[in-house]
Amino acid sequence: MAQEHNHIISTIVENKPGVLYTVSNLFRRRGFNIDNISVGPAEEIGLARMTIMVRGDDRTIEQVVKQLNKLIDVIKVTRLDPERIVTRELALIKVNAPNTKARSDITNYAEIFRARVVDVSSESLMMEITGTSEKIDAFVGLMKPFGIREVARTGITALSRGAKSIKVDE
Amino acid sequence: MAKMSGAKALTEALKREKVENIFGISGGALLPIHDVLYDSGIRHILARHEQGAAHAADGYARASGRAGVCMATSGPGATNLVTGLANAYLDSSPVIALTGQVNVYSANTAYMIGRDAFQEADIIGITTPITKYNCQVKTAAEIPKAVKTTFYIATTGRPGPALIDIPKDTQTAKAEMDFSNNVQIRGYKPNIEPHPLQIKKAVKLLLKAERPMILAGGGVTLSNASPELLQLAELLMMPVATTFMGKSCFPENHPLSTGNIGMHGTQLANRIILEADVLLAVGTRFQDRSTGTLDTFCPDATIIHIDIDAAEIGKNVDVDVPIVADAKPTLKLIHQQLVKKLKKQENTPWVNRIKELKDKFLSEMDLGEGDLTSPKLLKELRKILPENAIVATEVGQNQMWAALHFQTYKPRTFISSGGLGTMGFGFPASIGAKVACPSCPVVDIAGDGSFRMTEQELGTSVTEDIPVIVVVLNNSMLGMVAQWQRLFYNSKYAAVKLGSVPDFAKLAQAYGAEGTRVGSLKEFSAAMKKALKTEVTTVIDVPISPEADVFPMVPPGKGLKDTIARM
Repeated sequence: MAQEHNHIISTIVENKPGVLYTVSNLFRRRGFNIDNISVGPAEEIGLARMTIMVRGDDRTIEQVVKQLNKLIDVIKVTRLDPERIVTRELALIKVNAPNTKARSDITNYAEIFRARVVDVSSESLMMEITGTSEKIDAFVGLMKPFGIREVARTGITALSRGAKSIKVDE
Repeated sequence: MAKMSGAKALTEALKREKVENIFGISGGALLPIHDVLYDSGIRHILARHEQGAAHAADGYARASGRAGVCMATSGPGATNLVTGLANAYLDSSPVIALTGQVNVYSANTAYMIGRDAFQEADIIGITTPITKYNCQVKTAAEIPKAVKTTFYIATTGRPGPALIDIPKDTQTAKAEMDFSNNVQIRGYKPNIEPHPLQIKKAVKLLLKAERPMILAGGGVTLSNASPELLQLAELLMMPVATTFMGKSCFPENHPLSTGNIGMHGTQLANRIILEADVLLAVGTRFQDRSTGTLDTFCPDATIIHIDIDAAEIGKNVDVDVPIVADAKPTLKLIHQQLVKKLKKQENTPWVNRIKELKDKFLSEMDLGEGDLTSPKLLKELRKILPENAIVATEVGQNQMWAALHFQTYKPRTFISSGGLGTMGFGFPASIGAKVACPSCPVVDIAGDGSFRMTEQELGTSVTEDIPVIVVVLNNSMLGMVAQWQRLFYNSKYAAVKLGSVPDFAKLAQAYGAEGTRVGSLKEFSAAMKKALKTEVTTVIDVPISPEADVFPMVPPGKGLKDTIARM
């Protein structure tokens, strides 16, 4: 069995209803597993960028890219080189903070991780943090002892470094 | 620009795509379209079940090389097309489905789609994995562009089925219509021309090959590349094996033809590929039924793979020289470059080896015990039918016997469900083929199990005056399943015995068709000759032994080298 790795695939798709279904359906049908997906409008109006993290060996990933390319509403597919990309994820984390001691400890940790407090109640704090998935994992780990009420993570988004861009050929 | 209704725009757009026939069944959500279609000059052939309509459109597409169109109403009408679309998808056939849909808006202008209205089905969601492209129009003005885009996508590159879902209120609404030919699809640019460097590599390999061989798939037919294939095969004296879908793309009476490869391929094809040193695979996806176990599939060969679909390269088999392009220009270019560098090959040791094996296996061929066996019948049928006759098959033993024993000489004269293996495909497909080629005799080689699944289309063939001939190889069994039970499940015949009803001759007569039952090869021959002169559909019921097996066979989970000639 060939070695499996995480791969990040960046795609530019038509920004219209049903495209996310078409893409996720392809993954399901062909037995590819999406670890992580994030979608949002791309630089051009009418287009969206889907960043998909998928686990598999090289042969599987090659098939993923080729099959994605076959979809009519998928305009561009690029396999990002893990050595030459910036990846980011955003998380909102709501933790118990019933007393001054907890609040102070939590905000100290937040400062170290460059997380921001975005909501306060008498019993809880909500933090916003961006970074690599590993950084967010670490921060979530530190928050556990306080009692995590809710976590919402966006999933990874990524772009390649340097001036080169994944653009649609006209 | 004058305003017109969506229904009118649809028929105008279809005419611009040169659509002459639509196979379908009407219904509530199609009423506005049918009202316009009736006077449009486009023929609507009323099927008896939407599955029949989809298969007929498929048969039309395969026989003509053009898009075949079927149409069904919303809800159950649309879902009944599903098997036909899945079938067309796996065999890369350009079938275009038009489906009615409930109104986008209800009378009080709220959304109706998505509220489970009467006869509403999410046909876009349902057909997404089995179509090359599908779309739903939301306004009448979108219809001309949707038709143009859909036909373009379905018929170019690697062809495939496509669907347009047309809500009823977009059929009646009037709008300014734009029929301009400019369709820009940014996410769809099929690669037609081969890369020169890859051609160079392929030529180099073929030049030094001692035992080159061609494996020709359905892509050769789709690309209309049979003349180029023949030219190249003859230049290098390469034997040509066809995959099941490739059957009829190379004349089987040619000395270089080995017949089909695979699970029920010929012994010659399955043997010779083991000896090849360069394999030129054209328009094939190396499906498991063609290759057997992959580790023993052409073990000594370097593989050149031509396919228009990049995703087929390396999907099942690792190849040495991939060429992503249309087969026709690619084979032509390879031939052009080779012909400059060498003379036509003759009497090479490889050619002699092919002849030696061919003679050996031909003399050993088993046509079965008794007078009226399927192989003997099919050989007799070949003698009776003209070269341009089209043969469709059902699925199962009838299909494999036809592939093995009925030789084809011209492309698009063998129509069968290869990928999906859809029982009930052959008969409606033969009706579609007859519409495409009215001057060619069309014969459906059927089994009794398959024919039962779409026999209601006898009504279509009789009332629409589309005469075909159905030969029912009747063992009162689901024969191929029974064969596997005989070979691998201790002859425990579970869920395969269909009994001797109906009487197919009487069934045909009940529909106003001709029906007859034959008991000998001589009687079959006479019945067939009579049927060819008859102006109405004929069903010839041929009782065969329920014990008859299809051989040769590669047992499941084995390689081509393990082909067994008989038990």
